[in-house]
Amino acid sequence: MRDRFTFEIESLKQRLLDLATAADRALVRAIRAVDGASPDEARAVITADSAIDAEEVTIEEECLKLMALYQPVAGDLRLIVTILKVNGELERVADLASNIAARAIDMAAAPAPAECRFDFAPIVERAHKMLRGALDAFVCHRPDQARAIILEDDAVDALNAACYAAARERLPQHPAQAGYLLDCVTISHCVERIADIATNICEDVIYLEEGQIVRHQKRLAQ
Amino acid sequence: MDNTQEPKLKIRARKLSFFYEGGHQALFDNDLDIPERQITAVIGPSGCGKSTHLRTYNRIYSLHRGQRAEGEVLLDGENILDPKTDLLTLRRRVGMIFQKPTPFPMSVFDNVAYPLRLHFRLSHKEIAERVEAALQGASLWDEVKDQLRKSGLALSGGQQQRLCIARAIAAEPEVLLMDEPTSAIDPVATLKIEDLVLRLRERFTIVIVTHNMQQAARISDRTAFFYKGRIVEVGPTKQIFTAPKEKKTEEYITGRFG
Repeated sequence: MRDRFTFEIESLKQRLLDLATAADRALVRAIRAVDGASPDEARAVITADSAIDAEEVTIEEECLKLMALYQPVAGDLRLIVTILKVNGELERVADLASNIAARAIDMAAAPAPAECRFDFAPIVERAHKMLRGALDAFVCHRPDQARAIILEDDAVDALNAACYAAARERLPQHPAQAGYLLDCVTISHCVERIADIATNICEDVIYLEEGQIVRHQKRLAQ
Repeated sequence: MDNTQEPKLKIRARKLSFFYEGGHQALFDNDLDIPERQITAVIGPSGCGKSTHLRTYNRIYSLHRGQRAEGEVLLDGENILDPKTDLLTLRRRVGMIFQKPTPFPMSVFDNVAYPLRLHFRLSHKEIAERVEAALQGASLWDEVKDQLRKSGLALSGGQQQRLCIARAIAAEPEVLLMDEPTSAIDPVATLKIEDLVLRLRERFTIVIVTHNMQQAARISDRTAFFYKGRIVEVGPTKQIFTAPKEKKTEEYITGRFG
């Protein structure tokens, strides 16, 4: 019985990691579509999203099946609950990548002058590093690493705020580029949300490893 | 603001050790607090000492030659291991339900009336009233009210166990000890007993030994995990089953051994 459960849970973990790879790939391709003004790449991201949605549903069904059949407790229960939550977070990452890709298509259709363009590299690199680090903390059982990543979220929030401020500043000088600037703000916001998702995954990792729910603690402490 | 009050401790075991005939030690310096009007579940693999520990709370072990307990078991602060303890009174205060239903070979009515006749001086009318109240309390009255003269042994397994619970609560004990009370009955009867135990919690302090971890998780307020005669971990059931502190507890409740 225990062996069967161990086998099933390991298979489920592998499926989740495959989903993480797919979501990560969607994000990388969406950003590449923005940088390279490549609508084909962007359309491929949007098309691939439905497969990610389907896989998310399958993983959720597997989690529910394991809970019903094995009635897990303690670390087993926390692992399944964490998989269930991280699964939903990864599906959101892929959705946000699709949103970015949709903006990339718009932007490629109406390129803006150089002075209106944004360099997304700093915020993307930070958010992407957070996401990969969060998944790494999950795989390697590293709550300490998860805690360190959570602290990085403020820097991403600041970069997103800077993007919004820059767009506001440029808008009066380039009213014809309003659509483009809104697309840039949307992309920055999507990337900032991905950093939030990385933070959520880190909180799930801490719960998984230590049995302690740390969500909302910063807000509650204020 | 935290308004929760620490519940009163009904039983406190202190440095409780237990020896079987021949000197085999089954318990080692156990400390365990049993809060009043809560359900405390005792879990652990076979031979870990959980039933032995339970059996010290009403000294039922003293029916067997050569068995002895050391340390203290404080019932409302009074050490019931003291040789001067009146065992008849102790067992009225601390009732016990066993793994296998043990109705006496007599009628349903007489099974429940037995402890009333033993411990109290009551009229026939008072006995009849208390028998009905106990059968109501054990959720059995509706099923047996028209067959009170039928032998207790003729009831189903689940009904027999509820009859034993009725017999135990008729004596108005303060504590109910349950030693795997559902291991010999079917799942539907088990759920009836669990519902009953949850209701009895309002009136009695309950300590239940169980092999069924889902049962412990479903019905108890606190859980103690025993291993090789020692208490490895005790805490709120929710914490034990979601985030146990001890690795051994985690290994046991997730089925890695036992």
